[in-house]
Amino acid sequence: MRVLVTGGTGLLGSSVVQEILNLGHECVVVQRNPSGIAGAREFLDDLTAPRNLDQWLAEVDAVVHLAAKVGIVGSYQEFYEANVKATQMLLESAKQHGVKRFIYASSPSVAHTGSALIGAGAQPARPASVRGAYSKTKALAELDVLAANTSSFSTVALRPHLVWGPGDTQLIERIVERARSGRLFYIDGGYALIDTTYVTNAGQAFACSLNASPEAFGKPHMVTNGEPRTVRETLMRITEAAGVPGPSRSVSFRIAMAAGRAAEFAWRNRTSEPPLTSFLVEQLATAHWFDIEQTKKLLNWSPTISIDEGFAQLRNWYSRL
Amino acid sequence: MHVLDTGAGQEKDLTLVCVHGNPTWSYLWRNFLVKAPSNIRVIALDHLGMGYSERLDSDRVLDQRVDDLTRLIRALEITTPIMSLAHDWGGPISLGWVEREIASGDHDIAGVILLNTAVHQPKEFKNPAVIRLARARGLLAPVTEYTQGFVFGTRILSGSKMSREVAAGFRAPYRKRESRKAIHGFVADIPFEEDHVSRATLDEIALNLNLLSQTPVLMCWGPNDPVFSDIYLRDLKSRIPHAEVHRYEGASHLVSEDAPDLVSDVFHWIASPTGPNVDSSGDFDNSMVDFGEQMKKQAIHRPNVVGLTAMNEHRSVTWRELQSQTEFSMRYLSEEGVTAGDRVAFLVPPGPLLIPLIYATWNLGAAVVLADSGLGLRGMFRALRGAHIDHVVGIPRAWPLMRGLQIPGSRISTKELDRASERGQSRAVVDAATNYEFPSNDLGAVVFTSGSTGPAKGVQYSRGHIARTVAALQSQYSINSHDVIIAAFAPWAVFGPALGIASVLPDMNPGKPSSLTYRALNESVVRAGGTLLWASPAALTNVLDTVPERENADWSGIRLILSAGAPVPKSLLKRLAELIPSASIRTPYGMTEALPLSEISLAEILSSDEDHGVLVGKGLPGVDIKIAPWSDPNHLTNDAGLMGEIVVRAPHMKNSYNNLAFTERMSSQFLGWHRTGDVGHLDADGALWIEGRKSHVITTPMGVITPVPVEQRVESLDFVRQAACVGVGPKDASVVVIVYIESDQGRKLSQLQREDRVREVAGTQIAAILLVKSLPTDIRHNAKLNREEISRWASKKLAGSA
Repeated sequence: MRVLVTGGTGLLGSSVVQEILNLGHECVVVQRNPSGIAGAREFLDDLTAPRNLDQWLAEVDAVVHLAAKVGIVGSYQEFYEANVKATQMLLESAKQHGVKRFIYASSPSVAHTGSALIGAGAQPARPASVRGAYSKTKALAELDVLAANTSSFSTVALRPHLVWGPGDTQLIERIVERARSGRLFYIDGGYALIDTTYVTNAGQAFACSLNASPEAFGKPHMVTNGEPRTVRETLMRITEAAGVPGPSRSVSFRIAMAAGRAAEFAWRNRTSEPPLTSFLVEQLATAHWFDIEQTKKLLNWSPTISIDEGFAQLRNWYSRL
Repeated sequence: MHVLDTGAGQEKDLTLVCVHGNPTWSYLWRNFLVKAPSNIRVIALDHLGMGYSERLDSDRVLDQRVDDLTRLIRALEITTPIMSLAHDWGGPISLGWVEREIASGDHDIAGVILLNTAVHQPKEFKNPAVIRLARARGLLAPVTEYTQGFVFGTRILSGSKMSREVAAGFRAPYRKRESRKAIHGFVADIPFEEDHVSRATLDEIALNLNLLSQTPVLMCWGPNDPVFSDIYLRDLKSRIPHAEVHRYEGASHLVSEDAPDLVSDVFHWIASPTGPNVDSSGDFDNSMVDFGEQMKKQAIHRPNVVGLTAMNEHRSVTWRELQSQTEFSMRYLSEEGVTAGDRVAFLVPPGPLLIPLIYATWNLGAAVVLADSGLGLRGMFRALRGAHIDHVVGIPRAWPLMRGLQIPGSRISTKELDRASERGQSRAVVDAATNYEFPSNDLGAVVFTSGSTGPAKGVQYSRGHIARTVAALQSQYSINSHDVIIAAFAPWAVFGPALGIASVLPDMNPGKPSSLTYRALNESVVRAGGTLLWASPAALTNVLDTVPERENADWSGIRLILSAGAPVPKSLLKRLAELIPSASIRTPYGMTEALPLSEISLAEILSSDEDHGVLVGKGLPGVDIKIAPWSDPNHLTNDAGLMGEIVVRAPHMKNSYNNLAFTERMSSQFLGWHRTGDVGHLDADGALWIEGRKSHVITTPMGVITPVPVEQRVESLDFVRQAACVGVGPKDASVVVIVYIESDQGRKLSQLQREDRVREVAGTQIAAILLVKSLPTDIRHNAKLNREEISRWASKKLAGSA
C-alpha cells in the first residue's frame, strides 16, 4: 500500500511514518520544509495552497492527515484555512485520485466542553460548543472527514490524547523546563485522573487503522495508553525521568484559572504562547480518561508500550543527553 | 372517559389495568405504559371528573366508580387474563371491581397489585392528619377545589425531589377551578363516618377480600407516606395474609415516583406472580419449640449457680433468679397485652433485665424484634418502623426516644420489672410442669442485618430455625454446662439460656464492639469464669491494642475464641494466639441470615499461604456451599477456582426477609438456597475463600477484579497498615484504585517508590494510589470496609476540580 502522510515531522508524525514503514507499506510525506525522514519519499508543498498536488497524490492508496495548525496563537481565519479548508481540499483531491482510505488525526478536544470525562468513549465532535479556534476547526474538519465516508472511500478519525515520548518538545520538554525553573505546580493537589499516550502506541494506532475492520470507518476513535494516572503521578514520573525536581506546591483551581485568564489577556497581542492558559488549567485540573476497548477492537490495535515502560524510555533518553 | 391503552393484539397474553387515586391521573402510570413487555397490554383510565375525563355535574361515590370501572372493562372486551394495579383511593375502586370479577367469573383475574392504599380505617388509629385537615369543615372546598393546594400537597408527598416537568405533568389537567371539582368530591367520599354514604361499600370491599385467597397479591409501599402509613399496610396484610410485600425504604406516598426500581420490580412480579417457594427448610415442620426449657432445667437443677453476669453493672444473677424474673416478666407482658403471634421490640440494654424479657416474650409465643444500637439511632428507628411491631418495651431513659419514634404498638415501661429484678426473685418456686411450647413454624425473631450496604434488612427466623441454630452451635463447639459464654458481641448473650450455659457481658459499650479492653476481657475470664468468647475483629483488635506493658494475666480458663462478624486479618489472629495460648482460635463464616456456615482454625489459616481471599473453611455438617460463577451466574457449581457469588443451603437458614418481597426473591433465586451477596471461590479441597461483596466487584476492560485478594497483597507491604481496593469509572470500563492507610514504616520510601511497590504486588493494573488517614467501616462491626463510600470518595477526588 502506498500511504501519504501529511505533517510527517514532529513527534507523532515521525512515529506514524516509522510504524507505516514497519508494516511494509510504502510511505510518501508532504510538508512545507525538508525534514529528511529515512525511508519515506518527501514532497515539499503547502496544503493551504498546493502547487504540485497531482505529483504527491499519484497512485496513493491511503492518506494519513496529521498536518494542522495547533496552539492558541493566530486568528480564527488562520486556523480555519489550515485545519478546515486544507482538510476539505485534501479530502476532495484524494477522492478524485482514487484514494481508498483517509485517516484523520483529530483531537479529544473536539468533543470536550469542560466537564470531567470519566471512562468516556469517543463522543461526536461539537464545533459549536467547544472552546478555542483550534478545537472548533478540528471539530469542523472531523465532521467533514467522517461525513465523506462511503463504501469506496473509507474515512476515520483518531483522537490521540496527550501524546508524549523521548524527544518531545511540546508536552515533556515544557514540563521539564518549568520544573527546572521551579514554576511547575499542581492544581488542587493534582488528583485528576488523565489518560496519556506513549508516542509509539499512537503511531501504531494510525498504522493499524490502514487495515482496520470495516465497522471502524465513519467514526471517531479515542487513542490512549488505556492506563490513566493522576496528573500528580504523571508530573512526578516525567520530572523524575528527566532528573529535575518535581512540583513542590499546589495552587487552588480558582487561583490557577484566574492566572490563566490573566496570562491570556496579557499575551493577546503577542505572537508567542502565554505561559499558562485557562484551557491548560482545565486540562490539568479535570479528569479525562477514556474507554478504549472499542478502538482496540475495531482498529485491531492495542498499546504495546506500557506507561511504565514509556517512563523508563524517557529516563534512558534523558540519561543519554 | 379518557383511557390510555397500549392496544390489544395477538401477542398479548395479559392485560394490566391501572387505577389512579386522588388527585393524580393516568399520568401516574406513564412508566408502566412505556416499559411494558410486548406481551402485556396496559390500560390506564382517568376516573370520571378526573384527569382528562369529562367533568360531571354531581359528585361520584365509591359504588358508582366501581361500576364505572366494571363497565369500562366490559366495553374493552378483554380476552386475556387481567391484573389490576392501583394506588391511593384507586385501591378500593380496583378491589371492588376485582371482587366482582372473581365472584362472577367473567374475567380471569391473574393478580392484584396495590401501592400505598387502604380499605379500612383502623379504629385505634386516627384518620390521616393530612386528610383530616383537608376534610375539616369549611376547609375542604377551599383546599381541594378553589386552590391548587391539594394537587400541590400530593406532589409534596413524593419523597424524592420531583422534577419541574413531572410536577407540571401531574398538575396539567387540574389547572382551572372547575377542573378540580371531582378532587373535592373524591375527598368528601372518604367514609370516615359510620353513616357515610360510601361506608357500606367500603366495608363490603374490605369484607370480600377473602375472595382473593387464590389470587396472587403484591403490595409495594412507600413507608414515609404521611397518609397511608405502615398502619394501613399492616391492616391490609392481616386481611390478605398471602400477599407479598415490598417496602421501598425512603419512598413516600407516590411510591412509583420515589422508588426507581418499582416499575421493573412490578413487571418481574407480573412475569411470575406466584414466585419461588421460599420455605428453605424443605419439609413442612410441625414440631414444637420451647425456648424456656433449658433455663427452667437449670433453675431446677442448679438454682444457685450464676446464669448471667453483667460486668458493667457488677451484677450476677442465678439461674433461679433468671427463671423467676422471666416468669415475672411473662405475667407483666401478658398484662400489658402481649400475646402469641405479637412482635415485641426492646429499647433495653443487654443485661439482667433484657434477657428475661426476651425469654418471657418467647415463652408467651411472641416474636422478638432485635435492632441493636449498633445500627445507629436512625437505622434502629427505621428498622423498628418497618418491622410492624405490636409492642415496644423500653427503659425509662428510652421513653423520650420512643415518643419521637412514630411507631405503632403499645409502649411498655420496664420500671416495674426493674424493681422486681432488684428485689430478686430468689425464693420463687419453679414449676417443673409448665412448658412454653409453640409451633416450630411460628415467627421467633426479626433480626436486622448490619446494613453496611443500604438500609438494614430485617431477617425473619421461625422458632424452628432459631432452635436449629442453637443446636448447630452446641454440636459444633461441644458446648457443655460448664461453659460460660463471654458475649462481647451483645446478640450472642441471647443464646446463653437457650444453650443452658451461663453468659457474661463484659464491661464495655454493647453497641460498640471496639470498646472491649484487655482488662475487661480478662475480668470476664478470671472473675466470671468465661470459657467461650464471641467477638468481632474490632473487639479483638482493641483487646490487643490495650495490652498493658507488664502482661501476666491468667488466661487459662478460656478454651475457645470465635471471631465472627467480619473478615479477620491473619496477623491479628497470630497475636491473639501468642497472648492466649490456651484457647483454640476459630473463625466461623456466616451472616445474619445463616450462622455458622463454615469455620476454620488458626492453624489451618496459617498453613494456607495463598493470598486469594480469606479462607473460611469447609461447610459445617448439613451446610451446602456452592458458587454461582460470575461468568455463568444462573448455575450453581462446586468447581474449584471459579469466582462467583457464594450460595448456601443450611437447616438453620433464615425463612424470609421482613416486607422485602423483591430482596427475598433475589436472594432465593435458587430454590431452597440463599444468595449471600458475598463473592469467592472453592478450592480443590472444597474449602471456601471469600473475595469480597458482590457489589464491590470491579469490572474493568481487562477483566473482573475482586477486592479482597488485591487488598491482601497490598497489605503484605510493610508500609501499608490497611488497604481498600475499589473501582472508579463506568461499569465494565472501571479502573482500579488503591486507597490505603500508612503504617509507621511509610516514611522510608518516596511516593513514587511506594507506588511502584504497590503496583508490583497488586497483581492487576492500578490507576491511582491514594493515601488517607482512615478508612470508613460499618457501624456495627467496625471492620467491614465500606467500599461503596471509599469508591465514591475516590471517584470525586480523581475527577479533579471541575
